[in-house]
Amino acid sequence: MDFLTKQELKKSIEALLFITDKPISLDKFEEIFEGATKEQLMEIIDELKKEYVERDSAIGVREIANGFQFATKSDYSPWVRKLLKDRITLKLSTSALETLAIVAYKQPITRAEIEEIRGVEIVSVLETLLERRLIRIVGRKETVGRPLLYGTTQDFLRYFGLRNLVELPSLEEFTPAEAAETEETESNTEE
Amino acid sequence: MNQKTYDVHLEVFEGPLDLLLFLIRKNDMDIYDIPVSQITAEYLDYISVMKELNLDIAGEFLVMAATLMQIKSKTMLPSPAVEEETGPDPREELVQRLLEYQKYKQVAQFLSSHELDEQGVYYKSMPVLSEEDYLLEATIFDLIECFRGVLKELPGDVKEIVYEEIPIEQKIREILDLLEDSARQGRKYISFKDILIREIKRIGAVVSFLAILELIRLKQIVARQSKLFGEIRIYPVTV
Repeated sequence: MDFLTKQELKKSIEALLFITDKPISLDKFEEIFEGATKEQLMEIIDELKKEYVERDSAIGVREIANGFQFATKSDYSPWVRKLLKDRITLKLSTSALETLAIVAYKQPITRAEIEEIRGVEIVSVLETLLERRLIRIVGRKETVGRPLLYGTTQDFLRYFGLRNLVELPSLEEFTPAEAAETEETESNTEE
Repeated sequence: MNQKTYDVHLEVFEGPLDLLLFLIRKNDMDIYDIPVSQITAEYLDYISVMKELNLDIAGEFLVMAATLMQIKSKTMLPSPAVEEETGPDPREELVQRLLEYQKYKQVAQFLSSHELDEQGVYYKSMPVLSEEDYLLEATIFDLIECFRGVLKELPGDVKEIVYEEIPIEQKIREILDLLEDSARQGRKYISFKDILIREIKRIGAVVSFLAILELIRLKQIVARQSKLFGEIRIYPVTV
């Protein structure tokens, strides 16, 4: 960081956060600004974030999908929508959401494994999700037929406003409490 | 009177498991102790209504109907009392599937509410314009044309012919690796010809060609050229 004053570094980071089309990770910042430590960078990003909050701006630095990026506040979405009305994509269908839910928790996962859980065929859903960059092919499973394995993307995290996959609630939280109770009493009677 | 029947493609239920969960909820049934006869009857009832409405019933619905009837017959079969105690509940597997599916339905709802929250938040999309933004998508004919050229350039088959089988998966991985390597070196694309010309044998070139087509179909790569009949370049689709 010898060649940059802190103020200049802050401005440079601001420029990158503005221009990027996908969240920039701390690793990436470290790589770009050789010599600056992650702690220093994080401190500066935090300062920037605060500055935008303090000036009550319509845009702000967001920590999203394992990185940082500027985003507009939802208060101004009507105007953005008006400006970009021909680029607005449809909301996801229930089958797309269910499929994503399974991929998110079980990745890497094959198509057959997802179909097994959902009980329906999902070829076209997978294609839509691939096209919208919400999932991607992460490899092949070393079994008969070597089927493709799918995983979620950075766009997936950003689309749902998640900072990382860890932010997803644990699956146990979704087990209905009532059902869990019944299960317990059942196993008790068995004993 | 118009005799024409209409095919309605309506996703009423996401699938047989969804329908079963709906029936369980509707009848306030205990998922761990499903009254099989009752639920089978209701399930079949729904299927016949869906048929009557000319809804497109996916095969999965019929498979589940068969499964239900099988479970039903098992539970009704008079079996020796001893076996009844030790034998597994024929419903067990279905219950597990329903519970598993139900969990992910809840996750889907969680995601859906996040989707709603995030709807008004916008990020910048790629603003950098360069000459490369105006590239043409190469068509299958361009690809074949180039492929033919490469086949001619390849050395004639070696005297000793060893039959070799190259799985397309292997080539897919090789090509993705190549693209990754060149991306690391700061190159955005690889020439289509360069990928093919690496091969010494015809079979290798053929499989590489097929692998590229497959990757294009899966939207993992795109083939572009800067001008008509120009050099074809393979770009990774970055996610």
